[in-house]
Amino acid sequence: MSSLIEAYSKIAGEDVITQLRQLVRLLKNRRVVHVNSTREGGGVAEILAKLVPLMQELGLDVSWEVITGDERFFQCTKSFHNALQGDRIDIPQRLLDAYEETNRQTAKELAPVLEGADIVFIHDPQPAPLLSYCGARKGKWIWRCHIDLSQPHRTTWKYLRQFVRDYDASIFSLSDFAQALPHPQYLIPPSIDPLSEKNIALEEAEIRGTCDQFGLDPERPLLVQVSRFDRFKDPIGVVQAFRLAEKYVPDLQLVLAGGGASDDPEGEAVRREVEAFSGGDPDIHILELPANAHRTINALQRAADVVLQKSIREGFGLTVTEAMWKGKPVVGGNTGGIRLQVINNHTGFLVNSPEGAALRVRYLLEHPDKLRRMGEKAAGFVRENFLLTRQLREYFTVMAALIHGCEDRIELE
Amino acid sequence: MGNLSMLNQNERQFAVRDCALAAIATGERAYNLRELGDKVLTIDPGSIYYHFWGGLLRPRFDDPEYHNDFAIWALYGLKDALLAERLGIIDPTEFSDLNLLRERVAEVIEERLDETEEVPSARRDNPFYFVRSQIVIFDTQCRIDRPEGLADTVPLMSVSSVFYHFIDARRRLPRREDDFRAWLGNCFEGYEDLSEILGKVHPFFSGLTELRARLTAVFRSYFGK
Repeated sequence: MSSLIEAYSKIAGEDVITQLRQLVRLLKNRRVVHVNSTREGGGVAEILAKLVPLMQELGLDVSWEVITGDERFFQCTKSFHNALQGDRIDIPQRLLDAYEETNRQTAKELAPVLEGADIVFIHDPQPAPLLSYCGARKGKWIWRCHIDLSQPHRTTWKYLRQFVRDYDASIFSLSDFAQALPHPQYLIPPSIDPLSEKNIALEEAEIRGTCDQFGLDPERPLLVQVSRFDRFKDPIGVVQAFRLAEKYVPDLQLVLAGGGASDDPEGEAVRREVEAFSGGDPDIHILELPANAHRTINALQRAADVVLQKSIREGFGLTVTEAMWKGKPVVGGNTGGIRLQVINNHTGFLVNSPEGAALRVRYLLEHPDKLRRMGEKAAGFVRENFLLTRQLREYFTVMAALIHGCEDRIELE
Repeated sequence: MGNLSMLNQNERQFAVRDCALAAIATGERAYNLRELGDKVLTIDPGSIYYHFWGGLLRPRFDDPEYHNDFAIWALYGLKDALLAERLGIIDPTEFSDLNLLRERVAEVIEERLDETEEVPSARRDNPFYFVRSQIVIFDTQCRIDRPEGLADTVPLMSVSSVFYHFIDARRRLPRREDDFRAWLGNCFEGYEDLSEILGKVHPFFSGLTELRARLTAVFRSYFGK
């Protein structure tokens, strides 16, 4: 057994790997290509960095291509990203021209690879127009959208839709994100990589070291919320919940860990608001972490007694998955993908207000046995449902389904 | 029956199959109980199948409060506990086809609409999304020669394989039985008692892991392993 497969087998179970091997047999001699916009940085690249080698080790012929462009291209795609998540942004024509031209040039370079492939996964909007410029394509093309498309800015979506509609299928993370398109829209929730820096098991000494670094007392109870400083994540509500819970658990500490505010003016403003609202309370730790502080985040989540994700709007909420994987019950906002993961009284609690969050935090801290059991259940739930191997199985299923027909039942030898 | 029977006719072997489910958005959604009732009557039957059985194969908590999506949404979307209970008790194995099951769901919804003064509605961000599924069935290359082999093989089967042979079989086989009973009945004599025990294992109101454990216990106890 090769090293990567062996490592996943130890975590996800040998039966999971056996099933992947059986599914791969259905895709024998098929060529698969993934295209996204970066090899490093961001969730998509992180997942592809593991998914592609794992697919290769399982015996699939897979390659990973990247679209690169100039500043105008990335300015345009960043605007897409924000607009598709609801911001009302009008993107100037010169940026749209750069976007289309970059795709046209990339299509020229990659044509032999893309047109010859049996399955092409195009990730997110950046490379979406490639299909329009690959007229001799022979395989099935899938648009994999990782973005929360529940309330897109309509003008931007209308523009992008013209490139997406001709795909053979698309994949969205949640039903809420699916749009009107003339092809099957598969639903595949995202996953976490248990072997990544953000999720790998850590020595106790490292966790303690991280606590020391930020002045946290490991002997006192700790609440942690990891998320961007964004109003939809309700950081003010988290501080309110902390203050209410602190009345009953005076030793309580809170960490609000976020990052990326340097290039996000709104994030900076929200962070300042939270700091002002916290009034210099020494037990409230507002941490601005760099984008690559994966191990620090890992340690903070592991140091927590209870993890909060008190969002009032959320896509899938991978920070919830990460916390649950570390055996932490999550008190989460009753919204989006958090509802799929936080099962009341089993893996955590869904709440609708700071009062609700405080009530549940207090309950968990007063019932350590319950807290431990819920944490164990949470980790088991993630192992069964939200690891990378499950996402890979679903990709294989969609690939097999697209290659072998569109019926409700596809029976293969 | 599909073109892949669980039987390898030449050798009387039980061929272990497995399956994987792909969920597909239908684009249809309901924001209140009336819309739910209307759409239940017209939606693709594959969607009714998915919302009753798909929960077993997709990422979902193994021990849910209710076992079909309509009941879960009635409770958490519409906040109607009474309706959730009425929908939750519907047992899809009692219906010979999906249209009859669909009619039962619609009937329960109609009854509830008659009882309520206002149409129960969900929050705008929590509608009921109708989803359908594609199921891909494949051969695991594993074969069982004799009934005793079930006691060793079933515990090692994936949960989706258990789904295929014990649940999905009821859609495929003319007598609406599972593949294990069909195999025992068609290829061997003297296992009527085992088939009777298997017939009492209810497939719906538990998760697949629990179902596999129950089947394992049945086979191990029967074959003294």
